[in-house]
Amino acid sequence: MRLPAPRGPLTSLLFERLVHPPEAYPYRANGRAGQGRFTDHQHPRAPHGHLSERRPAADGRSAHAYAHLIGGHGAEGWPSPLHVGDGGLGDDDFQLALFACYELHYQGFQDVDDRWEWHPWLLAARAVLEERFEEALGRAVARPSLDGPKGVRRALNELTADDAGPSVSTFLARHADRGQFREFVVHRSIYHLKEADPHTWAIPRLRGAAKAALVEIQADEYGGGRPERMHSELFRATMRGLGLDDSYGAYLGQVPGITLAVSNAMSLFGLHRRLRGALAGHLAALEMTSSLPNRRYATGLRRLGGDDDAARFYDEHVQADAVHEQIAAHDLCANLAAGEPALAQDILYGAACALELERLWAGHVLDRWERGVTSLVEAPAAKVPAREGCDAASKR
Amino acid sequence: MPPRNDDAAMERDGAAAGDHGAAPGSDPHAEAKAKPGTEAGSGVVTVTTCEDGPLLVRGAFELVTQDGESIPAGRATVALCRCGLSSVKPFCDGSHKAAGFKAASEPDLPG
Ligand code: FES
Ligand SMILES: [Fe+2]
Ligand SMILES: [Fe+2]
Repeated sequence: MRLPAPRGPLTSLLFERLVHPPEAYPYRANGRAGQGRFTDHQHPRAPHGHLSERRPAADGRSAHAYAHLIGGHGAEGWPSPLHVGDGGLGDDDFQLALFACYELHYQGFQDVDDRWEWHPWLLAARAVLEERFEEALGRAVARPSLDGPKGVRRALNELTADDAGPSVSTFLARHADRGQFREFVVHRSIYHLKEADPHTWAIPRLRGAAKAALVEIQADEYGGGRPERMHSELFRATMRGLGLDDSYGAYLGQVPGITLAVSNAMSLFGLHRRLRGALAGHLAALEMTSSLPNRRYATGLRRLGGDDDAARFYDEHVQADAVHEQIAAHDLCANLAAGEPALAQDILYGAACALELERLWAGHVLDRWERGVTSLVEAPAAKVPAREGCDAASKR
Repeated sequence: MPPRNDDAAMERDGAAAGDHGAAPGSDPHAEAKAKPGTEAGSGVVTVTTCEDGPLLVRGAFELVTQDGESIPAGRATVALCRCGLSSVKPFCDGSHKAAGFKAASEPDLPG
């Protein structure tokens, strides 16, 4: 995958920096070289062969940037927090910037040097974005009440049962046309092509029964040892069946901010150990609200002429998630809350975040469709390299 | 004898499922989880009764019809419907929730 077109000032600045190799920074502590740290001799080479011309510490600017960073003032050249905006959950520019920062930890971008993943400038920039994103989630999602860690299972049941939001699955089952179903799949491709990956970050952060439960779910998500059964692979078959490009990240440039926010929340929870409770709750919420909608997706796809190969992803989830929801709610979340009572509240909050983001996303999509317009990003601005349409892209 | 519905991967998983819940006894997180019959190497198939929900089956099980036809399980752990409302019987499809199915995880006492 390559970087998509920028969507505003944040992504313009970020992508402009990412397409260049990261500036070297003084990667030494207390002036001691070596000890596993990069020195001038060991300066890491970029995977694509380009080597930063600058040497660590020999460059006044990078030293300045580093001092600036560790002083806690944010990254040099990065807009002050005020300019980052309020991290709106539907802000295309903001969400794409955060998504790109996170993607460096997954498959990365062909046109971005892998060293950016752990570069202090990038991490400082990401931290600014994450702070705003966490604040935005905090404003959008109330912390569910809970009487004690023992109540987690029941509270999860109540949260996920209370599903009064607009139903995309019902619309898809009964009314959607093929174009709308394809749009739905394009939105979902952002997550489903890396399905399960964000929650896998929690595995080394859990212990005992909660860890075993998460691994049991993830093993099934990853096909139980059979690559062709991986859920991400099944989803690629769905995409092909609809004439869509099934390559990873093919539609990153076409989805709105709220779709990216859905994935960004998982990455936020996944990449911060302190948020492991929220990650567990997030997974439980996904699993507990999955079986019945997936049945409706399958119905809708078949109504629109989809064959069994295309519908398999949805058929599979009807049964798989009926299993996963039991394991996630009881073996993962209830055990985690019992073992670490301090996380109980976070478990519910993570679940509530997943549900609220899904509601906001559904609201966006159904509102656009009601008005007879696309739920994807409108035709990009002129300076953006022409992107092929969905149908054309399928011919690759 | 019908062909086993599971393949090599399933058997591997089935063996692994024998370890399910077995964790260092000193780990407080794990103690609540260790279930009877699931100790490593016991080879026992376990059926877990989920509160208000399905039966989870783990281990080297085989699902067959009354005529001995194999029913593909598709995964190492399956959820069997016990509310009667699933559209993909014998598996659970989550319909028990909308229907408000009630059943304790503990067995009903006679009388
Ligand atoms: S127990 Fe889940 S559908 Fe019957
Ligand atoms: Fe899945
Ligand atoms: Fe799942």
